[in-house]
Amino acid sequence: MNSQQDSIQALSEIRDLMHRSSKFLSLSGLSGIFAGITALIGASVAYLRLKTDAFNYESSEQMTVLTRRDMIEFILIDGSIVLVVAILLGCFFTIRKAKKSGQSVWNPVSKRMLVSLLIPLVTGGIFCLAMFYRNMLWVSFPATLIFYGLALLNASKYTVRDLEYLGILEVILGLISLFLTGYNLLVWAFGFGVLHIVYGTLMYFKYERGTSHS
Amino acid sequence: MLEHFNKAFESKARLGIMSVLMVNESLSFNALKELLNLTDGNLATHLRALEEQGYLLVRKQFVGRKPNTTYGATSEGRLAFTNHLNALEAFIRTGQY
Repeated sequence: MNSQQDSIQALSEIRDLMHRSSKFLSLSGLSGIFAGITALIGASVAYLRLKTDAFNYESSEQMTVLTRRDMIEFILIDGSIVLVVAILLGCFFTIRKAKKSGQSVWNPVSKRMLVSLLIPLVTGGIFCLAMFYRNMLWVSFPATLIFYGLALLNASKYTVRDLEYLGILEVILGLISLFLTGYNLLVWAFGFGVLHIVYGTLMYFKYERGTSHS
Repeated sequence: MLEHFNKAFESKARLGIMSVLMVNESLSFNALKELLNLTDGNLATHLRALEEQGYLLVRKQFVGRKPNTTYGATSEGRLAFTNHLNALEAFIRTGQY
């Protein structure tokens, strides 16, 4: 510790270590982009199948028992496929990014991030299943947005801060969707599709483009 | 000012260990090794030195049959590290001890 230069370097190393050891920084923007595309495809399929944005309170009241059961089955299958594909693509790009930068994927920070993400998310999932069971189909659209937003907000403590903004936007959109019941599918597609793509693109250019050649 | 430059933190590795443990409640030996890019022997030596100073809390457990040792910073260690950082900062600002 004999020169000012040494001290400055020591401080910047400390800062870097604190940052790296408490944040999981390998989440890839590309994961967001592909999750968004997957969600848009899923929403389009739902729209084509149901021909109309029919998930509002009035029309679900009018449905017969059979069509309702059909619709629940269809939405569950469609939603599950979107979820699984988005998670697989997300893992793929995250693992790729971690490998590129020589970091591990499975470490104490990523575990903590995953747990803080999963608690609100699983709660939301069970909540939606209960709503299906109670025949309140439309509620699951705002609810997935709200619980997902809260999950992101919770997980953002252990990764880049920017994730917090995406989380807040998803929650706001979910709350709006609770009142705009006629546009549930549209708002859902915007939240899970468009927002993910915009967010993923921003993150990609902010954190990955500059470092990809190193 | 000079007395705040803590001898215990003179090595880069020890400074690194303390930085990481300031923001993580506790970490395993392997997690520390990976973060700091140190060899087993090297890391063990520095950890022992910090433990002897009373800056580290060492917890030995068994996960199944494998021994698993985790390390955390004591409040004494946190205080010493904060003082050291303040001294570094003051030194940079004024350019003198």
